[in-house]
Amino acid sequence: MKHEDKHISSYSSLAIVLAVLLLLTAFSVWITGFHFGAFTVAVALIIASVKVATVLINFMHLKFENLFLRLLVTGVFVMFALVVILTFVDYYFR
Amino acid sequence: MSVHNTHSEHIDSETGKLGMWIFLFTELFLFGGLFLVYAVFRAKYSAEFHLAAGELNAFIGTMNTVFLLFSSMTVAMSLTAIQKGDRKLALFLVFVTILLAGLFMVNKYFEWSHKFEYGIYPGSEVLKNMSHGELLFFGLYYMMTGLHALHVLVGMVLLSINVVKIRSGSVNSDHYLMLENSALYWHLVDLIWIFLFPLLYLIT
Amino acid sequence: MSISGSETQVSYLEYQGKHKGIWSWLLSTDHKRIGLLYLYAIIIFFFVAAFLGLLMRIELIAPGRTIMEPQTYNGLFTIHGIIMIFVIVIPGLAAVFGNFFLPILIGARDVAFPKLNLFSWYLYMIGAILGVLSQFIGGGAPDTGWTFYVPYSVESSTNVIYALTAAFILGFSSILTGLNFIVTIHRMRAPGMGWMRMPLFPWALYATAWIQVLATPIVGITLLMVIAERVLNIGFFDPALGGDPVLFQHLFWIYSHPAVYIMILPAMGIVTEIFPTFSQKPVFGYGAIVLSSLAIAFVGYFVWGHHMFTSGMSYNARWFFSFLTFIVAVPSAIKVFNWISTMYGGSIDLKPPLLYAISFIFLFMIGGFTGLVLGSLATNVQTHDTAFVMAHFHYIIFGGMGFAFFAAIHYWAPKMFGRMYNFRLAYIAWGFNFIGFNMLYFPLFIVGLQGMPRRAYDYLPQFQSGHVLSTIGSFILFAGLLLMVYNLIRGARKGAVAPANPWKGVTLEWKIPSPPPHENFDDLPEITSKPYLFGNISDNK
Repeated sequence: MKHEDKHISSYSSLAIVLAVLLLLTAFSVWITGFHFGAFTVAVALIIASVKVATVLINFMHLKFENLFLRLLVTGVFVMFALVVILTFVDYYFR
Repeated sequence: MSVHNTHSEHIDSETGKLGMWIFLFTELFLFGGLFLVYAVFRAKYSAEFHLAAGELNAFIGTMNTVFLLFSSMTVAMSLTAIQKGDRKLALFLVFVTILLAGLFMVNKYFEWSHKFEYGIYPGSEVLKNMSHGELLFFGLYYMMTGLHALHVLVGMVLLSINVVKIRSGSVNSDHYLMLENSALYWHLVDLIWIFLFPLLYLIT
Repeated sequence: MSISGSETQVSYLEYQGKHKGIWSWLLSTDHKRIGLLYLYAIIIFFFVAAFLGLLMRIELIAPGRTIMEPQTYNGLFTIHGIIMIFVIVIPGLAAVFGNFFLPILIGARDVAFPKLNLFSWYLYMIGAILGVLSQFIGGGAPDTGWTFYVPYSVESSTNVIYALTAAFILGFSSILTGLNFIVTIHRMRAPGMGWMRMPLFPWALYATAWIQVLATPIVGITLLMVIAERVLNIGFFDPALGGDPVLFQHLFWIYSHPAVYIMILPAMGIVTEIFPTFSQKPVFGYGAIVLSSLAIAFVGYFVWGHHMFTSGMSYNARWFFSFLTFIVAVPSAIKVFNWISTMYGGSIDLKPPLLYAISFIFLFMIGGFTGLVLGSLATNVQTHDTAFVMAHFHYIIFGGMGFAFFAAIHYWAPKMFGRMYNFRLAYIAWGFNFIGFNMLYFPLFIVGLQGMPRRAYDYLPQFQSGHVLSTIGSFILFAGLLLMVYNLIRGARKGAVAPANPWKGVTLEWKIPSPPPHENFDDLPEITSKPYLFGNISDNK
């Protein structure tokens, strides 16, 4: 079956996305020089999450996909977060 | 959808893509288990994890991150090229992607063998004499990067199959599900690394 | 609804494709043939594992040594558990009846990825055979129990690695089946079949498939970590290396509790098909059943901690998991009310499938209520790791999933094989099964409450009367199972030819010939109304 409606990302937009990702990487390397104490991991994870979202939306074409798939992808990350939180309900209160 | 879709050989692209996405979810949870273990031990032994992460070479890690990000772009571009019907460019871009993946693996090889020279490998005497936290860190390091490297290899194989299929014309501007799904898989390999990189290399 | 009963096509049993003879089965991508491949494999493995269970019951008829050594007993309960859980009940209903009937019930010609479907079966067989082999080769049968708790599973010198690998491969097969079903339900429904016009067995399979896809990878990676710990000496869970055994329990149950819902949700889906047909009445509360399936799948994902109340979890985690456990009982109860209300006022026809379905409710209720006993923190301390747990578990899994399987095979066998089994024998076999089952497991509740630990080879003389009763029950049950399978096989081979619709059912499978033609439908059906509408006009509001 043919692809009925092609969504094509332009080369330049993909290149811009890469530039953003590289900048974020540089930023996260640079920021490790500072000590935020307990928040170091949080900062690193926030930057990583932004990068992941960028890849999902642009490279993996989620912006072209239907609402259902977008909800699914979000839901999967939320499910995993809930699993981690529930596990830490145990470890945090030990 | 046509009413007469008998057991057809061609899987339509929406169906194939949904299947791939669901497969990627299982991959996320596969690595998710490791991330959960990491999180628990990291909370328990944060000082030792800091110490152990200092042993890793952040420069090599950053380089590998750049390789993977670049390769993610090239594979996305190859999809654009095939959609536009530019076979030669698509082939070239898939080829560059495989090359970058290869560079990643070479880097990884040197990184691991460097660790091995220092006697840091699972079950080694050096490791046994370290604190529990460091031992767990390196255990996780090998398990996570090892499993990830395995995925890189699988991705390389998938992309190589695409090279053949683009050459033969069975992946073309009308039928490119195979390339699309391989690209999705390759982006997942990148996604996992985006999380692994700060957690293993940047917590010093 | 306009359905063309196909006279032009040969049945899937006689269809000759590219391959001949045995290869027309082993290389078939027809979902119906793959369903039967699973069925035959499951029957064989079931009798292997049931026989191991019988041996254990014989051993336990008296304290001390009866017929085997303690180490043999440890191997038996481990392999019995691994085969029953990973090879039979987890794939069980979804792989056999899901494969066979999901495409037919939603009006499709096959699943979305037929080749992947066959591949799942091969993975399944490799895993299953590896699991059985681990009993016989090299270092002796694994003796960790099917739960593989560390640190013992790291230290045991038996074939634990084979068993772990088998479970890993079986998990992978289960993931691929789940993936296939999700995509099939999304993409292959017949024209006009909106989500809320889909029959309820596909709905149950849909909820199940999501758990398969999202929970199984966690146990996959956990088993890989144990393998890495054994082979490469990487520390994860072994306290000697700084690891955390309770973390293993978390990871294991993050999958293995939802796995219970992988087993029971399709069972609930099947009896939901059976009650309307034998009451000739639309199902009561269609929407409530759909929602409760999804709610069970979702909430069931977050209750794993109730297996670990005595493992040293924090108090906050314990009460919270206990609370969630009670929450998940609500949608299960909703379903029970729906089934009973479906029968209420209907013209009930007590054929063997309905008899098994009603037994399912009875046994599942006992299993469910004793589950609440285990789910409360205070009573759990008394009953944890006793025969009470084992009895509860078997009431849910065998009484629930097992009896639903029997209900399903009696319901759909005429469709699958085009021939009818003998009703008289079916009723007799049911009697043996029902009495034998209760006699086997109910005494274990009592000795469990009195303090009999599970997985124990030996016991105090005070528990003996309960164990004797239980062993007698196991023989009655085994006889009943043999009789049932004999009746079904004889029926499938030379029973009376079954009509297309022997039970006056209204879902799509009853509108095509028995056995179904190779491509299920000549033309895909157009769905114009809700499911479960029987002829009676007052019902069709």
